Amino acid sequence: MSDIVLKTENLTKYYGGVHALEGANFELRKGEHVAIMGDNGAGKSTFVRQITAVEQRTSGKVWFDGQEVNFAGPIAAREAGIETVFQNLALADDLDVPSNLFLGREKVLFNLGPFSILDRKFMRKATEAALVRTAVKIPNLNNTIRHMSGGQRQCVAIARTATFASKLIIMDEPTAALGVQETAQVENIIRTLKANGEPLILISHNMRQVFDLCDRIVVFRRGRIVANLRKQDTDGNDIVSYITGSKTGEAELAA
Amino acid sequence: MSQTTHGVGGLSYDAKKRTWPAEFNVFLALIILVGAFELIGRVFLGDSFLFNTRANVDTIFNEARLQIIILQVSIVGIIAIGVTQVIISGGIDLSSGSIVGATAMIAMSFAQVATVNGNPNPKAMFIEQGWTDLPVIVPVLVAIGCGLLAGLINGSLVAYTRIPPFIATLGMMVTARGVAKWWSKGQPISFPTESFAAIGKGLMPVIIFISLAILFQLIMTYTRYGKHCYAIGSNEDAARMSGINVQNHKILVFVIAGILASLAAVVLSSKNLTAQAGMGVMYELDAIAMAVIGGVSLSGGRGSIIGTVIGALIFGVIISGFTFLRLDAYYQEMVKGVIIIGAVVLDQWRQRLRAMRA
Repeated sequence: MSDIVLKTENLTKYYGGVHALEGANFELRKGEHVAIMGDNGAGKSTFVRQITAVEQRTSGKVWFDGQEVNFAGPIAAREAGIETVFQNLALADDLDVPSNLFLGREKVLFNLGPFSILDRKFMRKATEAALVRTAVKIPNLNNTIRHMSGGQRQCVAIARTATFASKLIIMDEPTAALGVQETAQVENIIRTLKANGEPLILISHNMRQVFDLCDRIVVFRRGRIVANLRKQDTDGNDIVSYITGSKTGEAELAA
Repeated sequence: MSQTTHGVGGLSYDAKKRTWPAEFNVFLALIILVGAFELIGRVFLGDSFLFNTRANVDTIFNEARLQIIILQVSIVGIIAIGVTQVIISGGIDLSSGSIVGATAMIAMSFAQVATVNGNPNPKAMFIEQGWTDLPVIVPVLVAIGCGLLAGLINGSLVAYTRIPPFIATLGMMVTARGVAKWWSKGQPISFPTESFAAIGKGLMPVIIFISLAILFQLIMTYTRYGKHCYAIGSNEDAARMSGINVQNHKILVFVIAGILASLAAVVLSSKNLTAQAGMGVMYELDAIAMAVIGGVSLSGGRGSIIGTVIGALIFGVIISGFTFLRLDAYYQEMVKGVIIIGAVVLDQWRQRLRAMRA
């Protein structure tokens, strides 16, 4: 039990009459990379939004880091150690890389309320360290990210999650809008995270990527978890049949 | 030496390397403008714009002109500092000119003397209450209070009702002008105490303007407040998701803008030794224009106080230059408009060029 980072029990979300997510039981262990797959509207993003408390769940329980949790909002979830890379990158174009990494949690030299003096040196150093840790390549830290490529921006967003010694990283289709090289760059970062033993939930449509990067694949269909399979126990065709519904019933891990 | 390497591919970057500051281009424009006036002056008038040409004065530069260039833009410049941080955080403030009018009237009525040339001050508003010859701190605090209140209303409207800043501050612009006229039923308020009159005397407006500009340049660069201004102006949703209290920040931004407008009112009424309901008309637009010429982006997130100060100097040079060339004031206004448009167009070109190079 102690090596379980995240656990949900009967996690359910209704939007009015729409049952977007029903009775999701999910577990994530330390150092594990789990992929979440499924068709559009299958409940993947809804599931993530309940964990990160962007929305409040209808019913069910969530345990994080050994404790039952009820986050009031995304900021509380983040403070507890759940970092999310959003599909619509939450970055400020006109700020440089360190400012974006520390956005909303700037390191302060003297505390003077809103006029607190920033510790720019520390934030630069921490940024460099984070970029080394995630093996992210950015040409110049002092540049605003406005003119960076999609891949570089995505890398900044991911480096941000890795900077704050997070306990769980969630990525919602991090490479959906990227080119081949940029995708490879992001995937490299994810491998680095794996090597560092940082747990990850990856939402992706890319079968190759999922088999490359993850230990386990969880398939959502019509708001329910329909499959929970170790990578070595399955293959692409198998997963596709679960996604499309030609194979039904909850496939459980062989204990 | 300062090269640092990181990343799998060993991509290196120079930690000391800085990109050309955007203000440099504006500064260059200022130099070119001054050079143009100098050249035209030498060729057509046989006189120098910048340098001293009078034999009986022993200076290199025409100091009187240099002083006037800064002095005539100092008061609007103080407003422009506040407007700049509003625009950087993605807003706009149309009310500052009217806040100047209302604040000047109210503050001046607390700065009046009891007797003028041995007779009771005919203009004193509160002579019956005995609120005359008050220490200078009273009218100054009253002014700051006015600016704070106006800014608080602006900021709260923008933050809580979600109406666009353009509309919220337009309402304040009309209302504050109304307050300015109502306060003394349209009568000018005059005869301030000597200590109040000292605030706007001589080069004091310049000193106040430059000190405030330096203070706010430091705040915008080195404090959390400044960082959040840029963040909110750049991507408000990202700022909110990152845990910044966007509503409170916006209120603070407008409060600061209001206080700076009220300080400008103190300096202006002190300099003129009188307050009138029509004071500060169009100042808000001049202040916005200074910011825009100085490279502040109206879509938020980009610009600096230094840029705005240079923008203000460009304004001052144009006014002085046209006077120097003995051209009508009408032309000044026309050219001012052209320069505002030109500055924005140039800035957009520069942005597009950068985007292509990156």
